[in-house]
Amino acid sequence: MAISEKEVKHVAWLARLGLTDAEVQKFTRQLDVILEHAGKISELNVENVPPTSHAIPLKNVLREDKVGACLTPEDALSNAPKKEDQAFVVPRIV
Amino acid sequence: MEYESVIGLEIHAELNTESKMFCGCGTHFGEAPNTQTCPVCLGLPGSLPVANAKAIEYVIKSGLAVGCGINLYSIFHRKNYFYPDMPKDYQISQYDQPLCINGFIDLDMNDYQTRIGITRIHLEEDTGKLIHIGGAGRIAGAKYSLVDFNRAGVPLMEIVSEPDIRTPEEAKAYAQKLRAVLITLGVSDCSMEKGSMRVDANISIRPKGSTGLGVKTELKNLNSFRSLQRALAYEIERQAKALNEGKPEEIVQETRHWDEAKGATSTLRTKEYAHDYRYFPDPDLVPMEFDIAYIDFLRSQLPELPNERKQRFIKEYGLPVHEANLLTESKAMGDFFEETAKLYKGDPKAVANWMLGDMSYYLNTEGLEIDETAVTPKHLAELLKLIDKGVISGKIAKEIFPEMFETGKLPQVIVEEKGMTQISDEAEISKIIDMVLEENTSTVEEYRAGKDKAFGFLIGQAMRLTRGRGNPQLINRLLREKLQA
Ligand SMILES: [Zn+2]
Repeated sequence: MAISEKEVKHVAWLARLGLTDAEVQKFTRQLDVILEHAGKISELNVENVPPTSHAIPLKNVLREDKVGACLTPEDALSNAPKKEDQAFVVPRIV
Repeated sequence: MEYESVIGLEIHAELNTESKMFCGCGTHFGEAPNTQTCPVCLGLPGSLPVANAKAIEYVIKSGLAVGCGINLYSIFHRKNYFYPDMPKDYQISQYDQPLCINGFIDLDMNDYQTRIGITRIHLEEDTGKLIHIGGAGRIAGAKYSLVDFNRAGVPLMEIVSEPDIRTPEEAKAYAQKLRAVLITLGVSDCSMEKGSMRVDANISIRPKGSTGLGVKTELKNLNSFRSLQRALAYEIERQAKALNEGKPEEIVQETRHWDEAKGATSTLRTKEYAHDYRYFPDPDLVPMEFDIAYIDFLRSQLPELPNERKQRFIKEYGLPVHEANLLTESKAMGDFFEETAKLYKGDPKAVANWMLGDMSYYLNTEGLEIDETAVTPKHLAELLKLIDKGVISGKIAKEIFPEMFETGKLPQVIVEEKGMTQISDEAEISKIIDMVLEENTSTVEEYRAGKDKAFGFLIGQAMRLTRGRGNPQLINRLLREKLQA
């Protein structure tokens, strides 16, 4: 097995996903197949190949330090389920 | 048991660019909530970040100024975590290829010098601001929280020191020196009050002489250099007490909150979660690659740095090392000194003495920075000129200073308003001395009998009659002449 149920539960929790026991089992099986497949690369000798961080041959795509248009606070908050004093309301954190 | 502390600092400084790190929103401090946001810094689906060239330049310049090597290839990573101040649920930061590595800052402590290593400087984005409602504004006990994303995405530079710092005083000196460098470079305004400079400290202790590392705690909420120093001193004592009493379990690896009013640190209760950030290269941001010519160009653009300025103060103005060190601790202090010396044209040491004496005393008492007061270089230069011209004595100047400090009136104005001009009129002083001699015949006898102390007493009497305004040199000369006559 490339991944355990315990790891799946941990990753789900990190992503704040609530999974049922059946889902945990199902995703463990599916992720296992994916990881097995991706694991094939370790059969190759890649000692002298630098890791690829980006698949496109671009570098230094930068912008000048200039101020552009912003959203109005009304627009910025338009999708917020709850707002107060022109701010997003979030449930208690701790 | 004697312990030594092992301290490392993580310093965050917001870069003072016009626009945010990955979008064109403004970066003004203190605007109404959520007025500086856009789809990019709100993390809306489909938006794409583009890095701010100026911010990258600022970080490289900062690295060069503290002797760092610059990575010619550098990338951004995503640091994943759930927290409401991050709309994307990840922060764009740097991981194993930061812009700058391996620098240092040299410190001049009072009686020794030391070098503090800098591990790395990386570039990231700031988070939004949380306002906690209920629970006295602290996160623990709050009913709910409000989020303002104006600050989210402001370019932020993190400077991580090696654990080379051994005392709270060194920690303070290091943070101050770094602040002076960044302000001199003009890359950050480094206001601890506004939160554009934030200092976190890691601290552990170990038996003196040993090389192992003890369990470390991380201190937060250090909102001033004073807090930094006090919090470290408290934590060192707390850890030493735990070890001395055989209770090492009281030192656990945790984040502790400094309470300035209570003068103590306490466990910061946040929801337990694994620091499992799952860093990975941000696919939306392509790598940065620099050629050496660009780095050399930035190096050639560096202004005179605090250490260089200190050396120049020693050479050019003939200041002692200690004074030169204090005067270059902040850019504003050094600027004030040079401006005053230029206006005054007299002995620069007199300027240094006033700045480090009376001026520093009133600044400390009022808790002000030198550029936050009504006293300008012109004020101090005029005051020194009045002393040199004999219009006022040094003693009167010391009385004028606080008034100048408070009201911003020029010294000449205060002197005239209060009639504090020094009496340098020979006839007038002569008359006063005659009075003193008449009233103190027995002291005069004593002086003539060889008692030198009597002379000082008579000088004091003459000064008293002039209410401190008599020209001391003149009184001295005339008194001696009259006694010898
Ligand atoms: Zn934005």
